[in-house]
Amino acid sequence: MLLEIDNVTLHYGRIKALHGISIHVNEGEVVALIGANGAGKSTTMRAISGLRAISSGAIRFQGEDISKVRADLRVVKGICQSPEGRGVFPGMTVKENLEMGAYMRRDNAAIAEDMERVFTLFPRLKERIKQAGGTLSGGEQQMLAVGRALMGRPKLLLLDEPSMGLAPMLIQQIFNIITEINQQGTTVLVVEQNAQQALSRAHRAYVLETGNIVKEGSGADLLHDPAVKAAYLGVA
Amino acid sequence: MDFSELFRNFPELTTTGLTQGAIYALVALGYTLVYGVLRLINFAHSEVFMVGTFAAMWTWNALGFNQNLSPSGVLISAGVLIAGLLAAVAVSSATAVAVELTAYRPLRKRNAPPLAFLISAIGASFVIMEIIGIATDRAPYGNMPELVSNKPLFTILGAEITPVQIVIVVGALVMLVGLDWFINNTRLGRGVRAVAQDPDSAALMGVNKGRVIGLVFLLGGVMAGVAAVFANLKYGFTKFNLGFLFGLKAFTAAVLGGIGNLRGAVLGGLLLGLVENYASALVGTQFRDLVAFVVLIAVLMFRPTGILGESLGRARA
Repeated sequence: MLLEIDNVTLHYGRIKALHGISIHVNEGEVVALIGANGAGKSTTMRAISGLRAISSGAIRFQGEDISKVRADLRVVKGICQSPEGRGVFPGMTVKENLEMGAYMRRDNAAIAEDMERVFTLFPRLKERIKQAGGTLSGGEQQMLAVGRALMGRPKLLLLDEPSMGLAPMLIQQIFNIITEINQQGTTVLVVEQNAQQALSRAHRAYVLETGNIVKEGSGADLLHDPAVKAAYLGVA
Repeated sequence: MDFSELFRNFPELTTTGLTQGAIYALVALGYTLVYGVLRLINFAHSEVFMVGTFAAMWTWNALGFNQNLSPSGVLISAGVLIAGLLAAVAVSSATAVAVELTAYRPLRKRNAPPLAFLISAIGASFVIMEIIGIATDRAPYGNMPELVSNKPLFTILGAEITPVQIVIVVGALVMLVGLDWFINNTRLGRGVRAVAQDPDSAALMGVNKGRVIGLVFLLGGVMAGVAAVFANLKYGFTKFNLGFLFGLKAFTAAVLGGIGNLRGAVLGGLLLGLVENYASALVGTQFRDLVAFVVLIAVLMFRPTGILGESLGRARA
């Protein structure tokens, strides 16, 4: 088991955002976390990456409890995230943004190689290499955020709403790339509102509702689950 | 209004203004660096500058030089000057980091509201000022050797240029270019910009925010230490409350250029130095200090984001 979230609760002030959720991700999997707005998906991501402290429970990565490890040190351990809202550095060029993704690495030759790999996945970024992150379109920023997370050579890639604000064709494209990244050996945990895409691509998935895991199963099973269909797939 | 005075002395006022402005710029960088990363006005920065002036003077005295005994020869003078510079830089940057560790970091750990930081800043400022005030009997201290000559070397367009002015302007320029290069071209500098632009994203890249914060205080302290030595060369004396007015002016310069923007701080510093000198020729030197604050209020009213307007975040600088 690569990642194990064990009965985690988290509070925003007095408001309980996560009510004891348990999720695990095995090596080599694509796992999806779906749910409505405000269900706690991004909160879960922030808990895993360490941007938010949890109130109780444990987060284990490769068997080690990392609940109290600082966010920047979790990156060193191999957890890289493309955050909600993309978090592109607006005043840095595309190249500098990608270099930031490899901030904690020192192997310059391999970094250059990985940048080429990102440009192969997202040729659009290469065209924009000298442009400031803040001047990119939403779709380009999304590509940059995913590419930047890959620059850390993650063992676990966290993707928070990678399809947010993208045109349907781009959504298709970004999920193709997620599949490709996974086939190249990276484990992925993806949070999505676009349940259709996420479930059809994921090996396994969890459904989050108001801070509780209410369902889990294989992507295909959940895709055909009547309750999930009604609530998240817009099918009666 | 005495325009003839302004026109007659225009070249002289310009060189004096640029010299003064260069010192403002160096101090302004400390405000802007910390603001860019923490969105905090470090009001104790004025004292970081002030302790540097004493550190340099005391070092010169300790080396055996004072107002009655100046080192002879360019090489020895330069060596003594650099010794004072190193002392000022060391003391100023240590003070800046100490302020961060004692006055701000504990508050950050407790998620204190912004007002708490402001009060803590003012408190730290008073503590440092009072310590030096008590240690020096609140008297002006000017027991300083002549390290760089203040006698005109040559004239440009009627303005007499002194070695002191050259040392200050060239020295400031070197520091400014060096800092700009560091922030834009090194890995640590990129970390600073990342935290300034998006602290959460920076953490997700593996940037240690605490270290970046320590670094900007350190860099601000280094700049203030250099500024302190230049102020000594220019004014020939210091005082426990020297930082107060000087700090406020440097802060004005930072706001004028666009707080959070490094190049803005430099531009603001130089502009403020010039405006002060032109205005004091125009309306009388007794209004010199007033000018800075009229400028501050005018900027806040008409262009609250400053001339360059962008933060360390948005701007590439």
